[in-house]
Formats: sequence, structure tokens, C-alpha cells
Amino acid sequence: MMIQLKPIWNAFRESPHGPKWLTWAAINLSIAAYFGYGLVAPASSHKTVWLPGETTHGHYQIELDCNACHDPGRSSEGPSSSDVMQDACIRCHGEQLDLAKDTHPAKKFRDPTNAERLKILDAQNCLTCHQEHAPEQTLAMGLTMPADYCWHCHQEVADSRPSHRGMAYDSCATAGCHNYHDNRALYEKYLDDHHGQSDHLELAALPRRSTAETLSGAIRVQEPLAVADADHPPSWTTDDSLLNDWATTAHAMAGVNCSHCHRGDGDSTSDDGAWSEQVAMERCRQCHQRQVESFMTGKHGMRLAAGLSPMTPEQARLPMHAGQAHAELDCSACHSGHRFDTPFAATDACLRCHADDHSLAYGDSSHAALWREELAGNGPAGSGVSCATCHLPRLDGDSGIWVNHDQNANLRPNETMARQVCTHCHGLEYSLSALADPQSVASCFAEAPTERIKSVQMAHEWFQQQEAKRAARRNNR
Amino acid sequence: MFSFLCHLYQEIDLMKRSLQQRLAAAAATVCLLLPLATLPGCSESEASSTPSGGITPQQFADGVHAVMMADRTVYATHVVTNLNKQDAPVKAFEYWEDTENSIPLPAQMFRMGAELVDENPEAGFTYSLRSKWPLNEQHQAKTELEQKALDFLSENPGENFYGEEELGDQKYFVAVYPDRAVAEACWSCHNDHPNRGDDYPEFAKDDVMGGVLVRIPL
Repeated sequence: MMIQLKPIWNAFRESPHGPKWLTWAAINLSIAAYFGYGLVAPASSHKTVWLPGETTHGHYQIELDCNACHDPGRSSEGPSSSDVMQDACIRCHGEQLDLAKDTHPAKKFRDPTNAERLKILDAQNCLTCHQEHAPEQTLAMGLTMPADYCWHCHQEVADSRPSHRGMAYDSCATAGCHNYHDNRALYEKYLDDHHGQSDHLELAALPRRSTAETLSGAIRVQEPLAVADADHPPSWTTDDSLLNDWATTAHAMAGVNCSHCHRGDGDSTSDDGAWSEQVAMERCRQCHQRQVESFMTGKHGMRLAAGLSPMTPEQARLPMHAGQAHAELDCSACHSGHRFDTPFAATDACLRCHADDHSLAYGDSSHAALWREELAGNGPAGSGVSCATCHLPRLDGDSGIWVNHDQNANLRPNETMARQVCTHCHGLEYSLSALADPQSVASCFAEAPTERIKSVQMAHEWFQQQEAKRAARRNNR
Repeated sequence: MFSFLCHLYQEIDLMKRSLQQRLAAAAATVCLLLPLATLPGCSESEASSTPSGGITPQQFADGVHAVMMADRTVYATHVVTNLNKQDAPVKAFEYWEDTENSIPLPAQMFRMGAELVDENPEAGFTYSLRSKWPLNEQHQAKTELEQKALDFLSENPGENFYGEEELGDQKYFVAVYPDRAVAEACWSCHNDHPNRGDDYPEFAKDDVMGGVLVRIPL
């Protein structure tokens, strides 16, 4: 049935309140269009009207891509997936939890005898503890439930561990002793193995990077190249300083010519494509796959991983220098061509944007002094401490030492940094104590921690008691 | 000397790989039996009777238990005890993941296999260790039926326990089998363990140290 618009229009015109009705209709249509477009629009500020509340510091970068968490179609189980948001958590964090040897994986609670406990606290669902859009109840690490969650299952811990008697029920994860998921630097054997270490180790140095060995797939280092070998198009106006920069890099030393980066569309492994002034991250990825992929899982790269525009300091919640507000974060943001200067990327690139207390205090820290000494050639290789030393840790992989470019990975929780970084130079107890001291963190570890965590000593005493019991049994036989 | 060390490390590497393969094989073997349990007729009333063309939950539980215990016995006897007897540098050790030259304890080996089966959505059953004298508190009885089963195994040496229980609105067939000290490594380690309580028995060969529990949803 066709709607006759003319009579309606005539009625409006002839009505004494016609203009008012028209205005009312126009306002309502505008409001509906505004909100309606927010629903169907691609990820952008148009979605802001549909945000039910502020997201956590770990997700605000992608909060305008509602589908990142709420689209059933992205689930590995397809559009009929029953738990869309849980699937979204696992999609991004599942591998991280595996690497962290998650001490409370969902599978741990699958035993049917846990049915009654799960009714109290559903430990199989990430959202039980990590709700989003709930800023009024969000604690550190995105926790949105009271911090006494350990108590429900571990209230009798003092029976088997008398040393824990009298400890506050909400102190398990707040005193530098335990973490719900990642205890790689906190579990008893690791603590005991590092008991008695001095605060500053005698052999204090980072492992050397195995850059060539950790290149991706079939990439192999070629014969070194010089300026005369550069294979840029003949028609291209040569910039000597640029070519000279390139000739001093590891790229030239490894036989990586102009065409390797500047030809092709970035998605192709062919070097026969059109010449491009810009180099896409996909090009970098061909050789540095692990570095690019780990970059994408951190706060710097997670927007790119979600298909959004690059992260910029303007969008950050941490204090940033105003002059860099619109700088876009991709590989070249820190490794700008054609020097790909890693010392610059390791500190200056960070401090160009970051302006929080910790970053601003770095320059006056003993870590920075060591870094300057190393750069000046007065300190041994690996003795300096740059921003990257701690936040882009050198990890021991299958093919050698590689640099993890997820700068948040060892901050979930920050005790992870103790194992991956600090213990190259410091004792474990000193490291954990410093990381658990907010003042120490804010001052970029300018001062020694004021309070020592007790877990290393407690673990050592526990193992001593265990050994004493064994010895007593043997002696009584 | 160097070649000996190389050879030794190759042996250790092979041993660790073979452990992973064994875990996968155990899970696969158990899974082969699964379709039998999903045949029609496995209802509560038929838990211990044989429906036409299928097997009962009890027969299924007996079958998977036989596989588990075969692997458990081989690992405890021919791997862990054998290494101890040879005074080999490789030992079964609780913190094996972060310790050079160490392999999982038999109980950890068993639990890792159980976790792999648990992760398999096709498995349709779970299994675990239980004991009246658990060195790991995760292995203590967790339901009334489990407690009853462990008491039954103590009072009736050589017999298995079968029963049914409801957990979280789901009914389960539960079979608990005696877990015996099959290898010297079992009782020597347990008897000297610092976690043993005052009432801990002095175990010897073939003593029932606990139970192997198989739970099948009905």
C-alpha cells in the first residue's frame, strides 16, 4: 500500500501548528539518524554515543571498534558462538596466557566437582573478573571484582603454609607475592633458586641480540652492499645522505637492497612491484615477523591489529609531549629510515612522546647513566639500561635472542619484568621489591626500594623445612 | 668426554620428546574408545547392564582405566625407577619444567594426560587421582561419593568402586580403581615426602596409595 505523502504534507501546511510539527519531526529524524549512523558506522568517533561507559586502560585504544569484542562473526566457532565476549578475550589474550603458564586456566575448573564453587565465582569466564565499561569498579589490571577473590578457594592456606597465617585476605596479589595468571617470577621454586642474591649482581649485562638468526622463515643474510650497489630506479633523484645512511646499517650489511623494501605493495613477497616511497609494515614483517607481530599485541600496535588507524600520542591516557600529538605509531615511528638507529629507538624515540613521571625521571637515573656510558664506548656491551632494555625485553627464543616489541607484555603483571629483565643485573628480591614499590617505579628506580618483599625468604625457609623433614625421616630409619 | 655429554643431552632430549608423544598417544588411545561410550543405551538405569549393540559406562570406564594404568605403570617402572637405579643425571622432579635434567613425576605425568583428555571436547569423560593421604591437596576427595569410594577401596583391597552422583545438575557415573604402589620410585618418594601427615602410612609394594577416578556424564 502506497503512503500518500501529499495529503500529509497539505495537512501540515494547513494546520496552525504545521511549522512546529515539521520542526519536531526534523529534530527527531536528526536524532535517530545520529544514533542510527553510530550503530552502522565503521569504527570511528561516531560510535562514541554508544559507549556504555569508559573502558579500561588496556582496551580504550580499540573501544570505538565495538565489533572487536561484540561481533559473533569473529568468533572461531562462528556466528552462533554462545559466548561472544569470552571468545574475544581468548582471541587476543589466549596465547599470552599460555606463554605465561597461566596458573588458573579455565580448564583447571572444568572438573565437575567445582560446580558449586563456580556458582559463587565463575572462574571459567574472563568477564567474572574483567568487566568492561565499568570504570567505577575497575581496579588495577582491569579487575572489576573485590580483591578478596583468592579467599573463596584458598581460605585454608595457612593449614599447609603456616607462614601465611594472619595475612590479610586481600593481600595475596597486592604485596608482590602472587598473581592470578602469571607467576613465572613468583612461584616458590623460582624464588628459592634466587634466594640470597646481592642487590647488584657482579656480572650485570643483557644478552646479545641474535638478529640474523631470528629473521623470519627463509630469509637469509646476503653479501654486504655498498652505496654503489643500491638498486633504486635510475630515474630516481639520488639523495646521497640517505644512501650513505643506508650503507651504514645492518640492512646493507645483510644484503637488503632498496628494492627489498620499496618495491611491491607490501603484501607481496615479490620485489618486482611498483616503486613506493612508503614502506608498509608488511614489508618489515617479511623479515622481522616476530617483532611486528609482538608490536601488534601491545598498546602501540593494537589499533593496527584491530584494523584501525595507527595509535597516536593524542589518543593516549598517559601524559605525552604535545608536539608529538599526531605522530603515528608503526615501525618507522621509532626505526625511521634510513638509519634504523636502534639506540635512538631504544630511548630517544620513547622520550620524544612519553611525558609521565617515570619517563621524565629516566634521564637522571643510574640506568640512564649506564646507557650513556655504553653509547660512549666506556661501558661493556649490554651494560646500559635504555627504555627498551626493560620494556622491549630480549627473550630467549627457539632460534636465539629476539626483542619482544610488545612493550606491555612484561607489565601484565610487572613482576614478569623481574624475571625477563631485572635479574640480568639485580637480585630477585631487590627486583621484586623495586617493582612492588610505586614510589620507586615513579622515580624510574632512582632510589632503592623502601620495603623488601618477604616471599623470597619465605620460599627459602619453606624449602629448608621440607629438606629438614626429609633428612629427619632418613635419620630415623 | 664431550661426545659423551652430547650423547647424554641427545638422550634427554629424546626422552622429553618421547614423553610428549606418550601423552599424545595416551590421549589418542583413550579417545579411540570414546565412540563406544556414546552409543545409545548409556542411561542411569543401564549404567551397569549391557544394552544391545553397545557397552555400559562401567565397561567403558574399565577399558579406559586399563589403558591409563598400563601407561602409568610403564612410566613409573621403566622410566622413573629405572633412572633412579642407574643413578642417572635425569630425575623425576616436581619442578621439572624449570629444572635442567628433570622429567615429570608419575603423578604429574598422569595429571597432564588427564588435562589433555579434559581439553578434548570429544572425550566425554574425565579422570583424576584421589587419595586419603594426598601429598598434593588437589588430590583429596572432593565429594561425599569420592570419600565413600576411598573408604571402600581401603576396606576392600582388590575391589573397584562404582557409583553415581549428581554435580551441578548433571548426573555422573563414577568408577574408582585402587592406585597401587607398582614401582619402587612410588613408595620410596611418598614415604620420604615432607608433605606427609602424621597419619601417613608406610607404603610398600602393591599397597593401595589412593584411587584412580573415572567420571562419565550420564
